[in-house]
Amino acid sequence: MNDFSRAITYLNDPFNWSRPNGIADLALEHIGISAVAVLAAMVVALPIGVALGTARRGAGLVVVLSNVSRAVPTLALLTLFAVSPIGFGNRATTIALAVFAIPPILTNTFVGFRGVDAEVREAARGMGMSRAQVLGRVELPLALPLVTTGIRTAAVQVVATAGLAALVGGGGLGRLINLGFGQQDYGVMIAGAILVAGLALLTELVLATLSWAVTPGPRRLPFLQVRTTPKAAAVPEPTASGVPL
Amino acid sequence: MTSLGARPSLDAVSDPAVGLLAVDEAPNPWFDPSYVTDNWDSILTYTGEHVRLTVLAVVIGAVIALPLALLARRSRYLSAPVLGLSTIVYTIPSLALFALLVPFTGLSSNTVLIGLVAYSLVILVRNFLAGLQGVPADVREAARGMGLSAAQTFWRVDLPLALPAFMAGLRIATVSTVALTTVGVLVGHGGLGQLITGGFAANFYRAEIVTGAVGCVLLALLADVLLAGAERALTPWARAVRS
Repeated sequence: MNDFSRAITYLNDPFNWSRPNGIADLALEHIGISAVAVLAAMVVALPIGVALGTARRGAGLVVVLSNVSRAVPTLALLTLFAVSPIGFGNRATTIALAVFAIPPILTNTFVGFRGVDAEVREAARGMGMSRAQVLGRVELPLALPLVTTGIRTAAVQVVATAGLAALVGGGGLGRLINLGFGQQDYGVMIAGAILVAGLALLTELVLATLSWAVTPGPRRLPFLQVRTTPKAAAVPEPTASGVPL
Repeated sequence: MTSLGARPSLDAVSDPAVGLLAVDEAPNPWFDPSYVTDNWDSILTYTGEHVRLTVLAVVIGAVIALPLALLARRSRYLSAPVLGLSTIVYTIPSLALFALLVPFTGLSSNTVLIGLVAYSLVILVRNFLAGLQGVPADVREAARGMGLSAAQTFWRVDLPLALPAFMAGLRIATVSTVALTTVGVLVGHGGLGQLITGGFAANFYRAEIVTGAVGCVLLALLADVLLAGAERALTPWARAVRS
């Protein structure tokens, strides 16, 4: 418990927050890396997911991609990029994190758009909507809950995993954990752990609220759902429950 | 890809003032079979630790998750806290969780094991609960009408019907636990993750890093194939439907 009280003391010292390379700097770095990684993943995954989902093709590809990404340790990819010609630092970290953010966004976008009822689309076409209107005004609102869940899952995962970059010379709040551990100063380490965990929980909370606010139709809290529909073998599961990393 | 064999080095001709170490010019290939053969013993040791941690974490997780899922199925008032708590647990980053456990369990592999159990538990509870809720209510009612006790209903009705979902959960939990174990390098018990950070610390020795990374992926794939085989063997009735 002594270590925990030291962590609280550390966190209560304003100088630890404001000094150069202090908590504020590291947190901003952490958030910056994560935001760029998630945005990059969205730019790649959303169009592909929409295209595959509306065409109802490529289910096998999406399943394989999400399964393989689960098997590859983030630490391995972070390290591999760091020793590649990209060089270690925030660029390698961002690329590695973006790679891991793609599968959840892609899978959920795919499942969301593919799940739109064919009769609903037909009715929209029959009402004289163009292809773009069907996409934007019918399919998007129906698929939105799953799409936002995918982005939320990816973002929380990225914020959580960004801490690992510190093990291989990267920046962000994970550095406090690594530093505290290296100096046998468990107070600093626990302070870092509290901050990383807090940031991840905050991300979950903010994005859950955000997705709840933008979701049309009946609103439900996103945490408390369990999918009970039996699934066929080749149908990708939306990664609503995610995988901790 | 031609330049990947050698480490990117500073241009010695254009800037002789920058000291160039011999180690920077040494070849640093991505794949090196001689590394694997020379270090086979330590690779096996790390693999053994990796497998031990993964198997223990998934088994303990499953043993805890099943009663929780059975309890959570009983009512919405029980399932909501279980699911809400599990969301919170898996939002906590593994690095942070391991770091928080260090003051209690020290630098032992127990630190890693407890963390891994927490995560596999979270995955398994959700999948077990989904499997149990997928059992049609009228089937359970029929079982009760035939005079089956609660235990009999579980073993002879719930379990066979929910088995595919259970196995899917076990596969996800196992594969992600294999990947997560690498984070145990924080306390020096990361299994094959030790090779990844070990190679990074040893002057970015790529062969060691790649060995650790590939080993992790192969281990995860092997576990997944084994569990898929077990699922096939345990559900002979599903095979007839599929073919």
